[in-house]
Amino acid sequence: MPGAANPVLRVRNLCVDIQVPGGTLHAVRDTSFEVSRGETLAIVGESGCGKTMTALSVMRLLPRRAALFAEELTLDGVSLTELSEREISDLRGDRIGMIFQDPMTSLNPVYRIGDQLEEIYLRHGKGTRVEARQRAHHLLDRVGITNAEARLSQYPHELSGGLRQRMMIAMALMCEPALIIADEPTTALDVTVQAQILGLLAELRREFNTAMILITHDLGVVARAADRVAVMYAGRIVETGTATEVFSAPAHPYTRGLIDCIPHPGKTERGARLGAIPGIVPSLIGDLEGCLFRNRCAFAENRCATFDNVLSPAGQGHEYRCLLPPDKVGRAMVGS
Amino acid sequence: MGIEDATVSAPTPREIMRRRAMGHMGFLIGASCVLLMVFLAIFAPYLTPYDPFEQNLEARLINPFWGTGGSWAHPFGTDSLGRDYLTRILYGARISLTIGFGAALISGVIGSTLGILGGYFGGRVDAVVMYVINVKLALPGILIALSLVSIIGGSLLALVFILGFLFWDRFAVVTRSVTQQIRGNDFVTAAAAVGASKTRIIFGEVLPNLTNQIIVVASLEMAIAILVEALLSFLGLGIQPPTPSWGLLVSEGRNFMFFKPFLITLPGLAIFFLVVAINLMGDGIRDITAPEGRN
Repeated sequence: MPGAANPVLRVRNLCVDIQVPGGTLHAVRDTSFEVSRGETLAIVGESGCGKTMTALSVMRLLPRRAALFAEELTLDGVSLTELSEREISDLRGDRIGMIFQDPMTSLNPVYRIGDQLEEIYLRHGKGTRVEARQRAHHLLDRVGITNAEARLSQYPHELSGGLRQRMMIAMALMCEPALIIADEPTTALDVTVQAQILGLLAELRREFNTAMILITHDLGVVARAADRVAVMYAGRIVETGTATEVFSAPAHPYTRGLIDCIPHPGKTERGARLGAIPGIVPSLIGDLEGCLFRNRCAFAENRCATFDNVLSPAGQGHEYRCLLPPDKVGRAMVGS
Repeated sequence: MGIEDATVSAPTPREIMRRRAMGHMGFLIGASCVLLMVFLAIFAPYLTPYDPFEQNLEARLINPFWGTGGSWAHPFGTDSLGRDYLTRILYGARISLTIGFGAALISGVIGSTLGILGGYFGGRVDAVVMYVINVKLALPGILIALSLVSIIGGSLLALVFILGFLFWDRFAVVTRSVTQQIRGNDFVTAAAAVGASKTRIIFGEVLPNLTNQIIVVASLEMAIAILVEALLSFLGLGIQPPTPSWGLLVSEGRNFMFFKPFLITLPGLAIFFLVVAINLMGDGIRDITAPEGRN
């Protein structure tokens, strides 16, 4: 992929299978992507499409019933799948930082903010308690929390959602990780705070030159914050490319459908129906054949049932999994 | 970015709890009675001039100060061997409280360990833990305590251990279900995501969030242990004479039930007050630490 000369994270043919009553659930299949330093890759898709499972695979924090297979899963050349439990544990928080969806539940209520920040630093042997304190103070300033000294001795419940999410970001940055995974970082926040948090993430990514994976179901977030986009559907990446390319010329009917769901001030007619994709995500249990979007797709044909899900090029670094030619789906009604 | 600068500081959790405690009648009454009992038990030697074992056959069965022939020399009268009854009851508080704290501590450690292991690890570990809990629940606790005491003998230490090993099921059930809830929280995943080990997560993330529940169960178990000790001692299978245990005092007073009823009522009331006080305190702690602050 262009601009990805020396990727921090390489994932090739990642599969996650979960044993459930009734068979094997293929949560993630043949997923490949790369992220370089200073770049944001957004993984987009609706609930249950495998976004979070992909993120947890990178952290090796999958639930116990889930099995992970990958041809390649490397961070700076180190294969994450071959590390022992202890080694991967040393990497977490140090080389990979993670920001969770709900800042209200992702901080332990019984510890002070400062202690939670410092602990990560101390856990990875980065320095003394005093240094940890300084680092925590510095980062709280950096993520826009005023009065950092006083905040450090507060408990999580004393902070608002926005402040807590800033806290989580500071936590993820404590050890200057090479990669930050943000799992729906703005979903639980109100819209004005969302914009601030996204701006902050973009700014910090440039400043610390980290790679970032942004997981979201909100295309508005993607448009604002991502360099590249991977659209996931039913466990597979169905389309990937630069954000501009994917937004202006979606090649997969699913992407097109997602984009049509967004109302555009000034363009969407008052009272006009917003686009919606009919149907629900199919069950991922058992053997899966053909394109899984076919039962919801306006362009579905008979041959979709036997489609082998190969990626076809749609432009510069832009690929998609569909039998249709890339321009068949048509321009979405996005201006930018 | 100077937003969210407002310094409207919310009260700290400690402050909130202090306020709730001060507004909770049951807790205030219960806690002060328990504290009073602990104080009396600790300072018993300084509060009474008599020795609990010292007999005085010339001063047998004296009525308490409100009865005929009673005096302030023996405010609660004397028993059939002329021992000062107030002294016996004060020293009896030591036995009851030791049993209560000791048994709650031992059962707390056993029950919480099992509960946290089962709740945190789930799967096979949980199946084993649930099996052990079910076996325990199927055992008739008091009968087993009876038979064990009759085999081992009724020393204070033996009783603490027997009661501790018999009444841990509630700890296990409560900690297990609360641990399951806590484990589902994002902050546990977040801790794993910054490299915390399983031990670190259990002791650092789960246990501190369990403290309130453990304290509440401990207060209930304490009350039960005290009652069971009194029961065993009354049956002659617990603390052995001449040690002044409340259950034993009731048992010894039985022969004089119709002539000197205070011999039974006084230690009976002592048991009653302590158990009610501990229960009130336990309920109070539960209300005070409940997130929504029930009243």
